[in-house]
Amino acid sequence: MKIIIGRIVLIVAVLAFWEVAAGTFADEFFISRPTVVAVKFWQLVSSGRLFEHGWITLVETLAGFALGAATGIGVGLLLGRNETLAQLLDPILTSLYSLPKVALAPLFIMWFGIGMEMKIILTATIVFFLVFLNTYSGVRSVSGELVEILRLMGARERHLVTKVIMPSAIQWVFTGLKLSVPYALIGAIVGEIMASNRGLGYLLQDAAGQLDTGGVFAALIAIVFLALCLQTAVKATEKLLMPWKTANDEREMTI
Amino acid sequence: MSQPSPPLARRATSLKNCATPARIIQFNGVGKTFHTRHLDIPATHNVNVEIHEGEIVTIVGPSGCGKSTMLNLVAGLLKPTTGTVTYRDSRIEVVNRSTGYMTQSDHLLPWRTVEKNIAVPLEIRGDPREFKQRRVKELMQLVGLSNFAASYPSQLSGGMRKRAALARLLAYDPETLLLDEPFAALDAQLRVRMQMELFALSRALNKTVLFVTHDIDEAIALGDRCLVFGGRPGTIIKNIEVPLSRDRDIFALRKDPAYQKICADLWDIMAPSMNEPGR
Repeated sequence: MKIIIGRIVLIVAVLAFWEVAAGTFADEFFISRPTVVAVKFWQLVSSGRLFEHGWITLVETLAGFALGAATGIGVGLLLGRNETLAQLLDPILTSLYSLPKVALAPLFIMWFGIGMEMKIILTATIVFFLVFLNTYSGVRSVSGELVEILRLMGARERHLVTKVIMPSAIQWVFTGLKLSVPYALIGAIVGEIMASNRGLGYLLQDAAGQLDTGGVFAALIAIVFLALCLQTAVKATEKLLMPWKTANDEREMTI
Repeated sequence: MSQPSPPLARRATSLKNCATPARIIQFNGVGKTFHTRHLDIPATHNVNVEIHEGEIVTIVGPSGCGKSTMLNLVAGLLKPTTGTVTYRDSRIEVVNRSTGYMTQSDHLLPWRTVEKNIAVPLEIRGDPREFKQRRVKELMQLVGLSNFAASYPSQLSGGMRKRAALARLLAYDPETLLLDEPFAALDAQLRVRMQMELFALSRALNKTVLFVTHDIDEAIALGDRCLVFGGRPGTIIKNIEVPLSRDRDIFALRKDPAYQKICADLWDIMAPSMNEPGR
């Protein structure tokens, strides 16, 4: 409770300082002021523009996230269980990984146009590598002893994958997923900034184009809010899918 | 310790009447060398031993002399470099499913409850649901974990985890148990308790047991026979018949002068290898 009060005090102090600073020793043109940002934000909400554009960004992010995560998990499992294939593909994947994925945006615009597809593909590409690498490490870190013990029980590859590999990789998968949320937004927003007339990225770019600093901040707030929602959703899913982890956390708290 | 439930007990009595126990495992001039990129590391050489059905054989010796290698050979996880290992008179070519393995770490699946962990081997075997439920219930009773069916391994104490692992091991009823220092991480009281439980269960179910340990007292307390490994590469330097009864009381042993004498003798046998330079 003290923490919550402390946080509120901190936020109010920062906003108050901002409000006072604007127009006194800092140029309001560049930093706007909280009251203006609040009005702009309210205008976005009341006009429905926020939801219209936010919805577009949300769909792009979610679709890209799902596509990237699904292929990342799939390829991670496959390569994790198949050493030869992993060695074969290693140089290709490493060089692709070291490429900043945003640099692919112009290519994707040429291939897929400036519609939602391009943002979805860009997001998926970014998410894929994070999820793939984590899944792969997860699969490789499965205890060899555990696998052999199950083999003695008569387990075949499909038993191993469903009973050991997937559940033990799932923690790693979620590490990758949680890591991916902000990056997924980068994919969608950057895509929108570069070429679009819809989405929060467009809203941001549009406000900046009109030299409307208040509007830029309002769009940023909307993006932060979206990111927080996604992060919370991933954490909730994690909790739902890994009850043993919750049990562990609860146990540690009672020590 | 609760009594073994009816089906298990019935099986035990039917086996008890065997006059001369059959040979179950045979090592014949077995050597194993591990190859790394730069050098060959011989782990064991010239291991010759026969293990009989229903026998509890303990294996002691300094680290790195091939005790665990021996268990891995029986499990079929390793192949001998020289010599042969046979199980029921046939060479072990693939993973030996008549054996169950348990190591110092319990290897329970952390994402499964106790009940679900014990069910793993039954799921793999594809047993029908009702049978599975009954069997798991029976096993949880056997190891005294009935009240913890829905707990995750992380919520259990070390001893309870060991018992859960033991129940899982017994679930698919392997005729030979390969135990590699299973109780090494437990405190003294708990270790004795687990020793008693393991001993009673192995006898009741007439299991053949190969038990690797660093603890000389444990080796004598549990074993019908104790194989002493030594040297590098390791081999069996002594095969001790433990002159204690097959249904000994493990707890009372501590005060038994005969037991203390055997332990002292075993220490003397092992002492030379301890004074070797480089150890």
